Order: sequence, then C-alpha cells, then structure tokens
Amino acid sequence: MAVGARATLDARKLRADFPILHQEINGKPLAYLDSAVTSQKPRQVLDAMTNFYETSYGNVHRGVYGLAERATEAFEGARDRIARFVNAPSSRELIFTRNATESLNLVAYGYGLASFGPGDVVVVTELEHHSNFVPWQYVAKRTGATFRMIPLTDTGELDLDRLDEITGDGDIKLVATNLVSNALGTVNPVEKLTAWAHEQGALMVVDAAQAAPHRAIDVQALDCDFLAFSAHKMCGPSGVGALWGRRELLEAMEPFNLGGHMIRKVQFDETTWGDLPHKFEAGTSPIAEAVGFGAAVDYLNEVGLDAIEQHEHELVGYALERMADVPGIKLYGPAPEKRAGIVSFNMDGIHPHDVAQVLDWDGVAIRAGHHCCQPLMAKLGVAATNRASFYLYTVTEEIDRLTDGLLRARKVFG
Amino acid sequence: MYREVILDHYKNPRRHGVIEDADASAEGMNPLCGDEVAIYVEFGDDGETIDEVKFSGRGCAISQAATSMLMEMVQGRTATEIGELSKDELLEEIGIPLTPIRLKCALLGLGVLKVALHRSKGTPLPDEWAGLDDQFKVS
Repeated sequence: MAVGARATLDARKLRADFPILHQEINGKPLAYLDSAVTSQKPRQVLDAMTNFYETSYGNVHRGVYGLAERATEAFEGARDRIARFVNAPSSRELIFTRNATESLNLVAYGYGLASFGPGDVVVVTELEHHSNFVPWQYVAKRTGATFRMIPLTDTGELDLDRLDEITGDGDIKLVATNLVSNALGTVNPVEKLTAWAHEQGALMVVDAAQAAPHRAIDVQALDCDFLAFSAHKMCGPSGVGALWGRRELLEAMEPFNLGGHMIRKVQFDETTWGDLPHKFEAGTSPIAEAVGFGAAVDYLNEVGLDAIEQHEHELVGYALERMADVPGIKLYGPAPEKRAGIVSFNMDGIHPHDVAQVLDWDGVAIRAGHHCCQPLMAKLGVAATNRASFYLYTVTEEIDRLTDGLLRARKVFG
Repeated sequence: MYREVILDHYKNPRRHGVIEDADASAEGMNPLCGDEVAIYVEFGDDGETIDEVKFSGRGCAISQAATSMLMEMVQGRTATEIGELSKDELLEEIGIPLTPIRLKCALLGLGVLKVALHRSKGTPLPDEWAGLDDQFKVS
C-alpha cells in the first residue's frame, strides 16, 4: 500500500463470506445491525471448525496417538495466532476461557480475592459492562476493599480530570476499564489510564471484548497487565474467549478452576499447579471453538484491522448524519472520531422495545435494552436505549433502512 | 401488533395515577427491558371488592397498554376473582400474538396486581408469579 493511502475494505464483497446474511426476515432482507452483541460468522471460520471435527478432532495434551497430536497442534496453533493478534510477548500468557466475562472473573478471583483487603481501592468506570463491574464490586465487598468508579462527562467520555478524587481514598490496587464501550461506542484513553494506574502502583485490567473485533490490539503498547476478549464478537464461535496477562502475574496468581489438566502433581495432602497456560485451563477446553477462534483472527488479519476500523468509522459518521434527521431522536455518545461503530439512541415517547419491534417488521435487527450497563443507564437517566452496531459486513443501505424504520416508528406512535 | 386499541391505551392510559395510603399496592419491574409498573387498590366496604384501582409506571407500549387494559378489567371485581384470573383472560383482551420476550412485558401488570392482592388479602399466588413476591418491593 502506498504511504498515506487509507486501508479500505469492500463490505459488499465480504458479505458473500457470511451465509446467514443472505436471508429474509418478515419478507425483507436481513439487515443485521447488532454486531456489538455478537458478530456473524464467515464461511472460513465455519469450514475450519467443520474440517477440524471431520479430520482432526481429539482431546488435547492427552493422547499419544496421531489424532490427539493433530488436535493439540491445531489448538496450540490457534493459541499462537491469537497471542500474536494482541501482540502478546509469549503465547504461554494467552489463556483460553469461555468468554471475556470468564477472563475477567479469572482475574477477579485469582488475583483480587487473594490480594485485596481493607484500605485497598478497586477502581472501575461508569462506562463498564456488568462483566467488568460486578466481579470487582463483589470481590471488593468480599475482601473489605473500597470500590470506586471513574465518572463520565456529559458526552460519555471518562472524566480523567476527576482521578485525583480517587487518589486519596486509599491504596489503589487495581483499575479496570473497557477499551471500547459496548453501550456508547466510546474509545477510551486506556494508555493514559494505564499510566495513571501504574503511577499509583495499581494493576491495569482492560476489557477488550468490544475493541478486539474492530481495531488492532497491542498489549505491549497499551502497557496493561491483563486484557480480556471473546471470540464470538470477532467472527469466531461462541463458547471461547481469551485472557492475556503478564507472565509474572499469572505465575504468582491462584488458579481459578480446579481439576484435570491444570495440575503438576496430585497427592492426598497436596496438589501443585501446572505451568502456564495450563494452570488456568482445567478440564477439557472448547477445542474446536479455539480452532474457530484461530480461523477468525486469520480472517480479520486478512481483511485488515485498520481497514475494519476505517470502514466502521465511515459508517458511524454516515449513521449519525442520517439519524439526526429523524424527528424526536436523541443520540448518545461522543463525536464520531472518538467512537467505534456503535450508535445508541432513544426516540422521544417510544420505548426502545417498541422501536426495535417496528424495525423487525422491516428485517432490521438492532438491540434494545440496558446493554448490561445499568450504572450508565442511570447516569443517562433512562431505563434503556436502542443500539445499532456495525461491522465489516455492514453497508450504508442497511443504515438507510434503519433510518426509514425509525421514521415508520415515529408514524406508528405519533 | 400495535393495533389501534393498544396504541390508544398506551397513549391514553386508563386509571393512571397514584392512590395515597392504598389498601393494597405493589410495584415491579421487568429487568430485561426496564419496564416498571406500580398498582394501587382500594377496597369497598365489604373489604373485598375493588372499588378503585390505579397504576403508574413507564416502559414499552405493550407493558403499559396491557396494564391499562387490566385496570378496566378488574375494577369492580373481588380480590378472590382476581386471584383466580388467568393470564389467558388478559391475553385474550390484548388480542395480539406475542413472542416470549414481549409476553413478559404484557403480563407484568397482572403479576404486580396479584402480588398486591396476595400481600393484603392472602389470595393465592400461582407458581409462575411466586418468585415475584420476593422481587417486588412494597411501595
């Protein structure tokens, strides 16, 4: 690519890779605008999983026979590629989990429960998904630590000017934030927050569930200590996610799930733990799902993360412009240049469920609800919002149909 | 699904308001979508007949319209009758096909009313609403 040229992708062409998009809902072509809740899967990922099941499936790290070796190779190969995808220094630092939620719980239980105590402070943000809020709130309560929240500005950005208010509250042990907000699409200044956390001597936990599908992730550049993400939001299967953590932290941590595979030696009076990453992978892993996860990062690399980010950036700009013309609409979140492909909004006098229902008549799928962000909803003073979210296969015609649907909802409800 | 009568009840809810010091009351919410409904009941001299009933709340058209329709259905009936009122009777009145998620919206008001009467009159609370008794705080 020439220097200065912008990375691009052809969403119309990519759509051919996604069999599910080629169907009608209520007699209209499906416009899937809910990728923030889960993404659709390309043929390449589906084929990789089917092929694995048909030719190479076995349990991993157990058998000495050929099939087991082939399965182990595919599983560990996927781990290597996923570790590279986030620029992890070593794939031993990449733990397979069920999803980002389990990754965050692993840190909360494995690190927080053993390390926090009275006088310690655990910090989250007002913009967190419940998955990066509730575990910390719970562990803080269990250990007697103080639980604090970084507030938002009126435009839905973290108010970093108010960090000093938290500094005096005790010994800050851990800061947890999302990289991209699932509810507003805000791209958060994680590098700045990490620098602050480290200044306080605290660890930095990043929930990248909503970021990893949409932009290049580099754990070394972010300088964070833990990073969680889920395959299902990034063209991969449900049932598998990952946690990256600094090796010395993971090695010092208590295990989370206990049982087979994660041990070194089991005796009646004592058990010792296995090496990384196995120490955190008790029981049979989601093997084919991990293989599918590997195929998903291959797919995203092939399309290009910069191109995906640019595409979504254009879509969100287009959507905000089109949607602003709908009477009685309120759009939430920051300016287009500070957000990923997510538009949260409300229609004056029409509950989000009713908006989503009218859109469904036209085959347009959006989310209506609190997006697992009740603290944020309280801040916005609403019970719920509508949310349209875009991905690499989203085209502007779908946003036009969304806008038409909103005008129709306005007509129905007056 | 938003037939005229639903929209009418949504836009012009019947018996909307609050009864201070009501004989029976309860409030509840649907945590999935944040629909909220509170219902207030006054009994007649026999201590049994619903003399006055009102509701307040906010939420989707289905939850609010269904509760508004419910208000009209129960006015003048006895607590015992409402204790036995089946959800099908309300759904028939609503008269539109509902998906499982929207069914929760439609039945929120009935659940809240059943809990209110159960608490004040000891009317039975069917299994499907038994869990709500703990969830719904007394208003």
